[in-house]
Amino acid sequence: MSERSKYFWAGVRAELPLLIGVFPFGMIYGALALDAGLSNAAAQMMSSMVFAGSAQFITTQLVTESAPGFVIVLTIAVVNLRHMLYSASLAPYLASLSTRWKTLLSYLLTDEAYAPGIVHYESEGVKPYSHWFLFGAGLALWMIWQVSTALGIFLGAAIPESWSLDFALPLTFIAMVVPVLKNRPAIAAALSAGCVAIAAYSLPYKLGLILAALVGILIGTLLEGKQSPKGGML
Amino acid sequence: MTIWLVLLFGGLITFGMRFSLIYLFGRLHIPETLRKALHYVPPAVLSAIIFPDLFTPSGELYLSLDNHRLLAGLVAVLAAWVTRNTLVTILVGMLAFFLLKFFGS
Repeated sequence: MSERSKYFWAGVRAELPLLIGVFPFGMIYGALALDAGLSNAAAQMMSSMVFAGSAQFITTQLVTESAPGFVIVLTIAVVNLRHMLYSASLAPYLASLSTRWKTLLSYLLTDEAYAPGIVHYESEGVKPYSHWFLFGAGLALWMIWQVSTALGIFLGAAIPESWSLDFALPLTFIAMVVPVLKNRPAIAAALSAGCVAIAAYSLPYKLGLILAALVGILIGTLLEGKQSPKGGML
Repeated sequence: MTIWLVLLFGGLITFGMRFSLIYLFGRLHIPETLRKALHYVPPAVLSAIIFPDLFTPSGELYLSLDNHRLLAGLVAVLAAWVTRNTLVTILVGMLAFFLLKFFGS
């Protein structure tokens, strides 16, 4: 086996345990996107054009609430800000690659590809074919995300409305938010954002969401300045 | 039509953020405060979506034992806290919601 494919398959293998969790998640997304009124094509294409789980769920939610397009795009931007952190963190390891490789690996850079990728780079350092590891992990995730979305769209059409499948959306967000509440500033950020969101719910264009997020981020950051938090967020 | 523009711009912005610092490596320095602030994006944004969904299901604050979404949501928070598992959390929350709906007042 060539060096190249050795790294590639090592990346795929490192991604496998994550895929077990991602697969049903992709199916739920596909079913919910359809439930929200997106066409089959739009639901499927979101998985390749945006390719970011939480942003896709949030977009689905905002489509359900008929939020205007610019609010959805703004929300996607805020939600995906964390990818700049991943980008910053991987940048030194990818510095010597061509722009073509940087473009490809950036497109594939999700939470689930970043995690095994950064662990690999930090333990092994940069070798001539290291980027094939990241590529393997990212591509494996991409394929599974597309297939599971398609399956969700296919099966979602068969689920009756009385099942209130839409309630799975806030539940998904709860499952995402609870594990990041690791310290007081994070909990304060969550509670303040939540309360502002309720208070500002009647603002037009769902702008209450953006306002609430900004207040939460501000409060978390200010509180962190006053104490050193235990445990990182990433 | 609008949804396709949303997907296009949403996709371009997402890619742009992933690409930004990989591409600009060595040419741009992120201030420490911004780096800190980024950590609070997930809890803030997610809570800003969850709270109104549970507390104001039909536009008005609804604090009552008859608010099944709120009660089932709290059960899900507990499930998420104990199991740290996305699927289990969704399943437990949905189960609680159905039970409340069928046996609740």
